[in-house]
Amino acid sequence: MSDNPDPVNGRDSYILEMAGIHKSFPGVHALNGVSLSVRPGTVHGVMGENGAGKSTLMKIAIGLYRPDSGTIRLRGRPVSFVSVNDALTQGISMIHQEMSPLPYMTVAQNIFLGREIMNRLRLIDHAAIDREAAAILADLKINLKPRQVMGDLSVAQMQLVEIAEAVSRKADLIIMDEPTSALTEREVGHLFDIIRDLKERGVAVIYITHKMDEVFAITDEVSVYRDGELVGHEDTPSLTREKLIRMMVGRTIDQFYQKEDVRFGEPILEVEGLTRQGYFRDISFSVRAGEILGVAGLIGAGRTEVMESMFGVTPHQAGTVKIRGRAVKIDSPTDAIRHGMAFLTEDRKRSGLYLYLSVRDNIVMPSLRNNLNALFLRHRALRRLCDSAVGQLRIKTPSLDQLVMYLSGGNQQKVLVSRWLATVPSLLILDEPTRGIDVGTKSEIYKIMSGLAREGKAIILISSEMPEILAMSDRIMVMHEGRKIGELSRSEATQEKILHMATGESLGTFQEVHYY
Amino acid sequence: MIETVVAARRESTVLKLMSRYSILLILIGLCAIIAILSGGLFLRINNLLNVLRQISVIGIIALGVTMCIVTAGIDLSSGSIVAVVSVGVASLLQASDALDRLFPGGHPWPVVPVLLIGLLVGTFTGFLNGAMIAWLRIPPFIATLGMMTFARGWAFIYSDGRPRGSLVDAFQAIGQGNVLGIPNPAIILLLCVALTYLILQHTLWGRYTYALGSNLQAAVVSGIKINRYLIMVYTYAGFLAAVAAIVLTARIGSGQPGLGLGYELDAIAASVIGGTSLAGGLGSAGGTLIGALIIGVMKNGLDILNVSADFQQVARAIIIVVAVTIDVRKNVKRS
Repeated sequence: MSDNPDPVNGRDSYILEMAGIHKSFPGVHALNGVSLSVRPGTVHGVMGENGAGKSTLMKIAIGLYRPDSGTIRLRGRPVSFVSVNDALTQGISMIHQEMSPLPYMTVAQNIFLGREIMNRLRLIDHAAIDREAAAILADLKINLKPRQVMGDLSVAQMQLVEIAEAVSRKADLIIMDEPTSALTEREVGHLFDIIRDLKERGVAVIYITHKMDEVFAITDEVSVYRDGELVGHEDTPSLTREKLIRMMVGRTIDQFYQKEDVRFGEPILEVEGLTRQGYFRDISFSVRAGEILGVAGLIGAGRTEVMESMFGVTPHQAGTVKIRGRAVKIDSPTDAIRHGMAFLTEDRKRSGLYLYLSVRDNIVMPSLRNNLNALFLRHRALRRLCDSAVGQLRIKTPSLDQLVMYLSGGNQQKVLVSRWLATVPSLLILDEPTRGIDVGTKSEIYKIMSGLAREGKAIILISSEMPEILAMSDRIMVMHEGRKIGELSRSEATQEKILHMATGESLGTFQEVHYY
Repeated sequence: MIETVVAARRESTVLKLMSRYSILLILIGLCAIIAILSGGLFLRINNLLNVLRQISVIGIIALGVTMCIVTAGIDLSSGSIVAVVSVGVASLLQASDALDRLFPGGHPWPVVPVLLIGLLVGTFTGFLNGAMIAWLRIPPFIATLGMMTFARGWAFIYSDGRPRGSLVDAFQAIGQGNVLGIPNPAIILLLCVALTYLILQHTLWGRYTYALGSNLQAAVVSGIKINRYLIMVYTYAGFLAAVAAIVLTARIGSGQPGLGLGYELDAIAASVIGGTSLAGGLGSAGGTLIGALIIGVMKNGLDILNVSADFQQVARAIIIVVAVTIDVRKNVKRS
């Protein structure tokens, strides 16, 4: 791989070369002789399931961990970082998945945090900081003002500020850890423009992602990791989707989405004219037993808001909800759960997990009410409930008492799925059920969904991942700016049709476009 | 892979047990040191019972405060609730003295309704805390800070700033008597520990308390009526403060508006030493009892060793910091 004669000045020179990296933690061999070589002015995709060793490798690259053995060369010279600051000053920056800006400070202050420009009296020179920040923002064509308060920005904008910070540090290697996980499609486009601009300047970008589309859209080459080893390294143009999936999980794409054909039963849920002022208007749809209804739309289309209203998390002003043909009044999640609804929310950490509580507590919380003996909890019944959930969904945890915060993202998601299955729902609302989890667990979640449909549960699947919604839905409802634009059956749905509708054109106009 | 995991688990069992019970180990270590320094005086049954009696008031308050902290809240008003209930109960008892004079014979029965009224006052004050927090969305720190000042002021107004003493024997027995040699306050404390343990571990309310403190949003989506349970937690804290007030008033034999000053901070300290996380979602009745014991043993030991009160304050500060540091280490290690 790195058999070029002149590693420093050759055309094929690398900015970062990591080779033979080993790293063990108590009980785990996280990295087993792993390598990664990144060329200047390229975007290098890094893929792999959670637990594959990507994060550990990156933490070594930025000086947070020290490797047990192996070599790291930066611009051809061997280095060993003693701290994150050490790596930073030598030109390696990382844009973290979970950012930690100071919300009450300005954009400029955040960019120069820890490197404040001082005046002659050794006091902070705010004017100079603003000036410098403005120059960097303008240079990167980022449309933000230095004096804007950080807390007022969107996640996407905060991310751009972090990139500006990296550039201002003269970083020539920027590591981005799933940077698009919270961005809208347009924001992703903007981010990609900036990444291309960085490439032009000779900056190398290590791009960690779970999303196939992004790999093909932005990377030049890809390294895939599995179980602490590098399983493959390819130039992106010579790569196919199938090949990538096979490398990541050792499975083919047909086995990946495990959708079964199920005969539908009676309608479980019928929604008529649901309206919440300022969020969505006049939404009607239904789901039958055994059916998976996909809900597509851009971020901000109001998909999640409809579900939250239906579930009683937020109010609605008009509309009726029928469960098994009977009109019901849902004012709170308690009502919704009593009527057999379950809601896997989109943001695991914010509205799903009890991070400081055990796996057991996380699973049983909504089911406690049904396991009471007068005033007291039936601990034995609850334990059985957990044991069967952990077994059924193959949740990997040392014990039920493990705090859920120490589980991997995929296993955390399974805990949440089993939480809702334990309430024995007849309707499951799954909001972005595979966001931020590894490919292997994704496939398992699809299998679980198919199994639930076979058992006669009705499922609503909200997803921003086009291949997922196409592969798993029996019917797809498309929303745009708080309105339902239309529905597509499984056979007529294509990526193009969905995108057209999601950007506001009704199916009718779409067909007219074709006539013309 | 599997083998390594098993090995890792086995090797850490001892460490795990040690870290899980690190606070208990600190308590035992502390007892051992003091026992040696005091030449065994500390370990006499009478002295140990004395320790239990000394910590009973703070311990009872701390149990309620622990539940508030588990919801990621706080209760600063408990010391002042002690004062209000103390002067309230004392003045009612004096009024019932008058009743006794009308119906001579010295029956203890008037004490019971007075106790109930006292408990009701504390419970209602706690409910007001909860209502401010749940319904008006006032941050717990501010709501209970307000209640702390308000209740203290009210205790002084109600009592004209004067203590009310010479309470009936039947009442004083609550704080001064014993059953089979065990002081009543200690028994009441242990009953409160058991009750709080039962609530936290075995009822919906208890488990929901942890859920609220760990992730409020998730609790809403799990179908938990968060306002109801928040209010219940603060109401219970008020109830326990009233229990503590009765024990304390009975023990010193008079109701005083200045009583319980700063107790809320001791209670918070006991709770935090006992492993309660100020970030919410973590804490237990047993841990809080141990936290109160650590403070109590420390004080008792220093008394035996004739250490001045001023120096005791310094020593107590050190033990708090050391205990919490060890406990925080434990949590870091797990991550």
